[in-house]
Amino acid sequence: MTNILILCKKELKSYFVSPIAYGLFAVFAVIAGYFFYVITAVFVQRSIESQMMGRGFPMDVNEWVIRGFLSNISVIGLFIVPMITMRLFAEEKRSGTIELLATSPVTDIEIILGKWLAALALYCCVLLISALNVAMLFLYGKPDWKPILVGYLGLLLQGGCLLAIGTFVSTTTKNQIIAGTATFAVCLLLWVFDWVSYETATWAKVMSYMSVVAHFEPFAKGVLDSKDVIYYLSVIFLGLFLTARSLESLRWRS
Amino acid sequence: MIKVEGLSKRYARNVAVDNISFEVGKGEIVGFLGPNGAGKTTTMRVLTCFLPPTSGSASVAGFDVMSHPIEVKRRIGYLPETPPLYPEMEVSEYLEFVGRLKGIPKAEIPKRIGEVAEKCAIGDAQKKLIGKLSKGYRQRVGLAQAIIHNPDVLILDEPTAGLDPKQIIETRQLIRNLAGSHTIILSTHILPEVEQTCEKVIIINKGKLVATDSVENLTRRLRGSETVAVEVDGAGSALDNRTVQQRLEQIPGVSRVIHKESKDGRHHFEVESLQGRSVRADIARSVVEAGWNLLELRAVGLSLEEIFLQLTAAESAAQQGGKQA
Repeated sequence: MTNILILCKKELKSYFVSPIAYGLFAVFAVIAGYFFYVITAVFVQRSIESQMMGRGFPMDVNEWVIRGFLSNISVIGLFIVPMITMRLFAEEKRSGTIELLATSPVTDIEIILGKWLAALALYCCVLLISALNVAMLFLYGKPDWKPILVGYLGLLLQGGCLLAIGTFVSTTTKNQIIAGTATFAVCLLLWVFDWVSYETATWAKVMSYMSVVAHFEPFAKGVLDSKDVIYYLSVIFLGLFLTARSLESLRWRS
Repeated sequence: MIKVEGLSKRYARNVAVDNISFEVGKGEIVGFLGPNGAGKTTTMRVLTCFLPPTSGSASVAGFDVMSHPIEVKRRIGYLPETPPLYPEMEVSEYLEFVGRLKGIPKAEIPKRIGEVAEKCAIGDAQKKLIGKLSKGYRQRVGLAQAIIHNPDVLILDEPTAGLDPKQIIETRQLIRNLAGSHTIILSTHILPEVEQTCEKVIIINKGKLVATDSVENLTRRLRGSETVAVEVDGAGSALDNRTVQQRLEQIPGVSRVIHKESKDGRHHFEVESLQGRSVRADIARSVVEAGWNLLELRAVGLSLEEIFLQLTAAESAAQQGGKQA
């Protein structure tokens, strides 16, 4: 446990001494802020319109603002995950520091968990930025906080499983750019799987079930479904397991 | 302290280390000598549990590298060929990280950092970014990293490679100072480096163990002697290997005759000659005059001398490179 924390702390530090973390925050703040602005503006306009028409428009902030906003963030997440994970193992392999880790009295699992947790912690920081936008809604309205919490839990789980996949991809190459691009491709693929969900054939059902984004939809609505939680947890486990195998195979091949 | 038995490491297409065995006692400084690509790094990586052996076994302080890797890693300090440094960290920050990783309690860290910084002469660079350090300093930080947890065994892979002559002298001095408290294995392809720093030498070439000896014995053997493999049989009559050995020993210029094996009346010997003497013709004449059959007579594979030549060539090239730089 101590070893995991030591490794995690070192990894987090190296995020914050390089421009990666700050660049990520800035880009995310701008994009998430823009989406938030657009969604809120539309919502405000509609509620004004409905009042002028005298119709009782169902003015539910959770339904009309937060749900859409969280879904957007879930998609933005697909783009930031590769930036977070690309260096995790690729850089250690390139610079040879992987030899230091591998010859220290720590297990592979501890190394992997340390790195993955650090990546998850950075991802949480990114999510916190979006939480600022949501907090603004509490200043002017009375959204229900429980669905929001469920939504963020979903974002965390989705992030966790994409980060686990990214961590695995990072062990397969010495080149950060390749690791980043490949992870991005996988993330994108897991997203577009959802686009066939209108089909009713079995293959389409299977594909859309594999999509990470499809499993986020219930969370965005504030619904905590064990099916989706199990999906995310098993993908996290699969990603970390593949990472462990890949790290082990390095020793046999190198 | 270190025991290697029948160790082999095969990659997909080639054999990096082929059935080597050696032992290193506590407190010894051993030089691991061989030309580039001889399998030095592979052997060291097996000892540090970075690579698993294909066959054979290796143990450090009684712990096997395969079954008890964590115990082995606790007792080993390792400096790979390129020091494993994080350029974005400060020196003291880096040493703290490595120290914690190697299991030093947090409270002891500052004391340990102070000690290794003094030993490795990096006290003035503690607050500098590793990425900004010169090559010599980086090497010393790498060495500090290897000794921070006071390991029983220190494994150094080409610790002086790529340094300038002054830095080389400093590093060798540093390694000598570390002797006594640690068992040290250092690899190099430079013969004089071994003569200056080590007590014992293990020579490997193309993955095979060529010689294990003390430095004095080895340099004596290396100074121009020739090793010849001889195979003899008694031409129909029974022949005792002692008789052959005595006869071979009487040939002028022969310094040592080693009996290798006897099979089906054939006797194998390795004959070493004195410095600067070629004894092959004399051996042939002597065997034939005794009425035996000379089945084989050849210079042994790559002799120590040839390796020695390769090694010294590498050293002089390195020195010339250093002067030009």
